Amino acid sequence: MRSSTQKCVTNLWIFWSSCSKDEDYLIYLNNIFAREEKVRVTNLIITGAEAIIESLKNENVDVVFGYPGGSVLTLYDALYQAKFRHILTKHEQGAVHAADGYARATGKVGVVIATSGPGATNLVTGIATAYMDSIPLVAITGQVSVPLIGRDSFQEADIRGITTPITKHNYLVKKVEDLPGALKEAFYIARTGRPGPVVVDIAKDVFAASFDYQYPEEVKLRGYRPVFEGDSSILDKVLAEMRLAQKPLIFVGGGVNLSDTSKELKELIDLSGFPVISTLMGLGCLPNDHPQFLGMVGMHGTYAANMATTECDLLIGIGVRFDDRVTGLLSEFAAKAKIIHFDIDPAEINKNVIANLRVVGDMRWSIPALNQEVKMVSDELKGQVRPWLEKVRNWYKEKPLTYVQNSDSVMPQAVVEKVSQLTQGDAVIVTDVGQHQMWVAQFYGFKNPRSLLTSGGLGTMGYGLPAALGAQCGLPDRPVILFVGDGGFMMNCQELAAAAEFNFPVKVLILNNQCLGMVAQWQRMFYGGRYSQTSLKGSATDFVKLAEAMGVAGLRVSKPEELEKTLQEALAIPGPVVVDIRIPEVLDVFPMVPAGACLDQMMLGGIEE
Amino acid sequence: MKHTLAVLVENKPGVLTHISGLISRRAFNIESIAAGYTEEADTTRITIVVEGDEIEQEQVVNQLSKLVDVIKISDLTAVESIQRELALIKVKASAATRSDIINIVEIFRASIVDVNRETMVIELSGDETKIDALCQVLDDDHGIIEIARTGKIALSRGPIPAKDQ
Repeated sequence: MRSSTQKCVTNLWIFWSSCSKDEDYLIYLNNIFAREEKVRVTNLIITGAEAIIESLKNENVDVVFGYPGGSVLTLYDALYQAKFRHILTKHEQGAVHAADGYARATGKVGVVIATSGPGATNLVTGIATAYMDSIPLVAITGQVSVPLIGRDSFQEADIRGITTPITKHNYLVKKVEDLPGALKEAFYIARTGRPGPVVVDIAKDVFAASFDYQYPEEVKLRGYRPVFEGDSSILDKVLAEMRLAQKPLIFVGGGVNLSDTSKELKELIDLSGFPVISTLMGLGCLPNDHPQFLGMVGMHGTYAANMATTECDLLIGIGVRFDDRVTGLLSEFAAKAKIIHFDIDPAEINKNVIANLRVVGDMRWSIPALNQEVKMVSDELKGQVRPWLEKVRNWYKEKPLTYVQNSDSVMPQAVVEKVSQLTQGDAVIVTDVGQHQMWVAQFYGFKNPRSLLTSGGLGTMGYGLPAALGAQCGLPDRPVILFVGDGGFMMNCQELAAAAEFNFPVKVLILNNQCLGMVAQWQRMFYGGRYSQTSLKGSATDFVKLAEAMGVAGLRVSKPEELEKTLQEALAIPGPVVVDIRIPEVLDVFPMVPAGACLDQMMLGGIEE
Repeated sequence: MKHTLAVLVENKPGVLTHISGLISRRAFNIESIAAGYTEEADTTRITIVVEGDEIEQEQVVNQLSKLVDVIKISDLTAVESIQRELALIKVKASAATRSDIINIVEIFRASIVDVNRETMVIELSGDETKIDALCQVLDDDHGIIEIARTGKIALSRGPIPAKDQ
């Protein structure tokens, strides 16, 4: 403070001697005093822990998920005193998935707090899940005190080293002065460009140290300048290819959901008349009932989507990363097509599939810019694509997704269809990982972006329940419905207690086949039906009783005729509900492209039966 | 094909870990990596020699560029550049063989930086093949005890620094 005043006096002298008019000098003086006043007001001597809370407020964070422990005691004391909203889960993994679900549902940065050592390592799966699906997260972890770092101290783990391959960036803060800058950068990095998780590991003594807190107004990072607007001249070439193409196909992915550009995308679809396919992560960015939509592509994609990909002569990938679950045999993927790749991340271009044209930049720039050009030739494009559109629509009609109707058992696909109908496609749907995840992707009629929250990249079992809590926390007025298998449910079922405590009215629909369905399906198909460790009958749990024990309503569906009534009952209960839905053990997800096969080599299974 | 990349990074703890971690995770084929301070105190320059076709090379550059602490990458293969490596070679040397070693050292324009009754330490800077050639001769004729090599460092010719390329 004193030194800044001294500097000020020197500056004044220099300025006065250079002023041509006295008025200038007076105005300058006024400004200086105004600024000094401001400095005095914001001059805040607080602890590191309090600084974190101030920084969270500065970032418009209104809720954090977490679990306390030794290294973060001081931070939790500050949270307590500030009455900051904190969701206490039952496990750190639950907290990080909840923060992830919150981020996916709301588009805001999710924040999770955990203590050092085991607290931090329990976040690892959740951080990797968020990283693979490009979800903005800031994970604040406690670290042992600076003098204890590197001595294998109690509850010490090098979480920065551990999370380096699964974070967009990470920090270890050892000096309290570095804390505001690290947090500012962490939030900026997490939410800008291609979003992703950032870990800020903070030594215990930093939380307690006092300093003059000031939150930086801007971020200066020499090595991080995410592109928003790319090279617009490339869009002329894109348009030229679109005009040449006889069998074009638009291929959308999670990038559209993440950049909130579904409206712009829909405009492109309507202007061009091109048929559209989606990845798992792209579902919801276009309404399922759109007449040009052919459904999901890939291993469990629709016949029409997979055939269209194989036959198309132009594939326009928008916010996709050509994952192996989508492409099948890479060398045969869209082999007849020129490929145009829209992505914000330059490293995605040519990573898996070689693109003929690349449009690097934010989709909030590229799609509207392309729409401007497409608008001029809209009629021409629509006319040209008509025969091809008819062909692919016929595929879609001739070989739709279907399943064996069975009057004795509750079919999982029927459950998804019924929920879709009861919620009119308007719910926020969360899934776990496995067969049920694919059935939801196939049979739920998505209408809105950000309405399917699922671990697509990492395929994390146990993701669903905590993610649903996080989504409900962020969107208290929307219906949040979780589809989960009996295997994945047990991986984080402790979070039911958190649902009860906070009265998050999540509807948990357990598609209970008493086995690990997807693994068993592969064992049936590729391992001679040897069901190694996939039966859960021996440990069958009464989920209704489990729910009740944790303070959550429990219902059961065993017969098809009970389904609709019970679902309606569950939806009408104002709090959280578990519905244990008994489905047949032996069921396969079809269509299926075996791993490493071409997309047109689908096993259609149930469809032909 | 080999590419020599000049990677300018923030001079902060953990940056090398980020870079080496990324290289191993993405299974890039790296031949050598050398790091040191630069004319700017807050910048470290890492010279990486990577083996691979154009597509692989592009991936290395793109993935490294994604690291927040990587400021700039320039491909020195694409421009005229000077490339050097430094080696220290400890070779067996008795009174009888010393003069022959001195001759070899002179031919290679290397220098002798340490001598004792049993060994000599020779310092040589140059391109990789030159160092390989010296090592070959010394090992065949006298026997090498140990070698330390720095990995390649490189600068472009002409006035434009890598950060402005």
